[in-house]
Amino acid sequence: MSMEKRVAVPKEAHAQEQAHDHHEPQSFWTKYVFSQDHKVIAIQFTVTALFVGFVGLVMSWGMRLQLGFPGLFEFLNPNTYYQAVTQHGMIMIIYVLTAILLGGFGNFLIPLMLGARDMAFPFVNMLSYWVYLLSVIVLLASFFVPGGPTGAGWTLYPPQAILPGTPGSDGGIVLMLLSLVIFIAAATMGGLNYVTTVLQLRTRGMTLMRMPLAIWGIFVASILALLAFPALFVGGVMLLLDKVAGTSFFMPTIVQFGQKLGYEGGNPLLFQHLFWYFGHPEVYIVALPAFGLISELVSIHARKPIFGYRMMIWAILAIGVISFVVWAHHMFVSGMNPYFGFFFATTTLIIAIPTAIKVYNWVLTLWRGNLHLNTPMLFAIGFISTFVIGGLTGLFLGNVVVDIPLSDTYFVVAHFHLVMGVATILAIFGGLYHWFPKATGRMLNETLGKAHFWVTFLGSYAIFFPMHYMGFLGVPRRYFDFEAFDFIPESMAGLEAFITVAALITGAAQFLFVVNVIWSLAKGPKAEPNPWRATTLEWQTPTTPPPHGNWGPTLPAVYRWAYDYSVPGAPDDFIPQTVPVAAPVAAAPAPGTVTDGGGGDGASDGSEPTKRDGE
Amino acid sequence: MAQRVAMESAQQGSRIRSPWLRQLLADWSSDERAFRVSWSKAMMWIFLLSDTFIFGVFLTMYMAARVSTTAPWPDAGEVFALYVGSTKVPLLLIAIMTVILISSSGTMALAVNYAYRRDRAKTTLFLLLTAALGATFVGMQGFEWTKLILEGARPWTNPWGAPQFGAFFVLTGFHGLHVSVGVIILLVVAVQALRGTLERTQNYQRVEVAGLYWHFVDLVWVFIFAFFYLW
Repeated sequence: MSMEKRVAVPKEAHAQEQAHDHHEPQSFWTKYVFSQDHKVIAIQFTVTALFVGFVGLVMSWGMRLQLGFPGLFEFLNPNTYYQAVTQHGMIMIIYVLTAILLGGFGNFLIPLMLGARDMAFPFVNMLSYWVYLLSVIVLLASFFVPGGPTGAGWTLYPPQAILPGTPGSDGGIVLMLLSLVIFIAAATMGGLNYVTTVLQLRTRGMTLMRMPLAIWGIFVASILALLAFPALFVGGVMLLLDKVAGTSFFMPTIVQFGQKLGYEGGNPLLFQHLFWYFGHPEVYIVALPAFGLISELVSIHARKPIFGYRMMIWAILAIGVISFVVWAHHMFVSGMNPYFGFFFATTTLIIAIPTAIKVYNWVLTLWRGNLHLNTPMLFAIGFISTFVIGGLTGLFLGNVVVDIPLSDTYFVVAHFHLVMGVATILAIFGGLYHWFPKATGRMLNETLGKAHFWVTFLGSYAIFFPMHYMGFLGVPRRYFDFEAFDFIPESMAGLEAFITVAALITGAAQFLFVVNVIWSLAKGPKAEPNPWRATTLEWQTPTTPPPHGNWGPTLPAVYRWAYDYSVPGAPDDFIPQTVPVAAPVAAAPAPGTVTDGGGGDGASDGSEPTKRDGE
Repeated sequence: MAQRVAMESAQQGSRIRSPWLRQLLADWSSDERAFRVSWSKAMMWIFLLSDTFIFGVFLTMYMAARVSTTAPWPDAGEVFALYVGSTKVPLLLIAIMTVILISSSGTMALAVNYAYRRDRAKTTLFLLLTAALGATFVGMQGFEWTKLILEGARPWTNPWGAPQFGAFFVLTGFHGLHVSVGVIILLVVAVQALRGTLERTQNYQRVEVAGLYWHFVDLVWVFIFAFFYLW
């Protein structure tokens, strides 16, 4: 039987792959709307996520207007303020960053960079987008139910999240939890596709250790998503039951307004554990793809091989593993056995090591590179800057004794916005400017792009840098106003107003990007197939933008790693991955620069690209 | 060049004694595919890994709630007992359900075996038998739910002790949902086997992929049985 099994497997796989090759012309609806083409799905994800991001941006404006000019705006009361805080956080982290990095960049780049015709399961992939859209619609519907959306804080801690008195504790929280559960279904369908495609659909010669780092980041992040979202799923379902069925999984015995509620004996801390068991890997679900995109941008626009390619991969894997054992550093003030705090503080500081390796490698890639300071590169350098600043404050917050006084102050707000919000958004914009020519066939306008970058970059610092100082003074976060607090000096009002003005300007500057996209789609210069002179496969497609099926009659073959920039003796300062090794390089081999060959004929030596590390 | 690579990999190979490890290294460092299995089989394994985490978190959640609640936990032996004549037999129904579900894994394995022998009739027969056993399991679970509900148990309360005992409905409900989905998948594959669809498309492996899911659901039940009923 086992013999037959072995014979049967490749046969079926072969049949499947052949079926995969058919990409007939299609009607308008199947081509642009219910499309199974990974590139169209990527654009659908990106556009939807950017639209939801606009809603999240407006929420942050609402919150800043209250903090900067308390009492000036009639429509802002404590309820709307808390709703704005909550929805801003939830929308930005889940529905924007996760969706755009995995759904948008993951979908677009994985098949193109690996030389595949599409995802492994295009129909499931399409379903992933439509289910995501459904989750967005359910989320936005919560704005229109009586009581409005939930205002429980984005962490949705019980008991307050579901008790009367919290804004949106009727329909709002129910729709929020439903939307999360639906989103997890979508993320699972997408994640299965991404992981299977990376493992099983690479083209000839594309070994794992020749994959571009963007794919490594997205790949490991997808695995994290598949393993971390289950905790949020369970937490969400149980909290939903506590709300609608009156179970007591997370709800202790509670007396509210002098009346004992029906709950009894539940454990609110349990929800925090489930939430952060998801929540911390979630940080890396958005950070790892951003790391990957930045590695591409830095290497391509500095015209240098990425420094320490192999270490970058080990760092990604190490971060992925360790990210599952650090979650309780979000709960130092929730009440924990001190030994647990010690354990989680230690793991938190350990995860800084692979992260620092990555940062050093980006900086060393820039070192003495031939820097092209175009828009994608500016965003990449901006990412490194904000990521380093935000990461350093993370070292403070990872220590229990330092975290306890700083917890729930603006210092925390500054930390996670710089490291996770601003940094990843900068990486996303860098990626959008970089791959826009391939996706649409048009170049984006550089002048508008640079203006967009500088306002966003300087504006972000103007918003978040002063918050460190506010945090040291002990200004608590999530508060509606600070009138009754004597320890907060008068001058804080001026600082709050300054931050608000900066936030309004920075937010408005994002419309430069919208204008840029619309203008460039209509009137932008036509993009060459490989405008950045990059080595990776997506720039070697026969047509731009690539058609459904990507590659024409034959798949490309890969002969080298993804970072052959400025190879001595080569005619150009880049050698695409599709160029056989024997032709230009072997003629004039320089010591330390030879990449080796034979990957195309199935030599299974995964260590090949490391030969580059010696330089 | 190619010679050098071949020599290097030969050297590496000789350093690693275990053929299992050598094969593992070769798989992970190969191009095109990491595992010599079809895409659907690879995806099923990855899905099951993710699903393992869902059930793992559900079970952990239930155990954490159980140890931290203040009220006494109901005695599973008492709650899930059935009367045979006038004798009270603890966990009788659960024992029968467990035997049925584990037997269904046996019939599933036979179905996979006959699928690879290209035996249409027997493949269909054993797939249908597996589905029937699964449906029986779900039916008995329905009976168990009905019994508990008639005795006054609800997800939010019960007459015997801690209200967190309602996790029973969540755990067995989510597992029962998996079994029901599995029954539907098995029926679809059985129809495809009977009609010869699998034969024409050379897709008999679909039986094995469905089998992976089925064995997983079975395995999860073993853990629910151990941690919920026997604890």
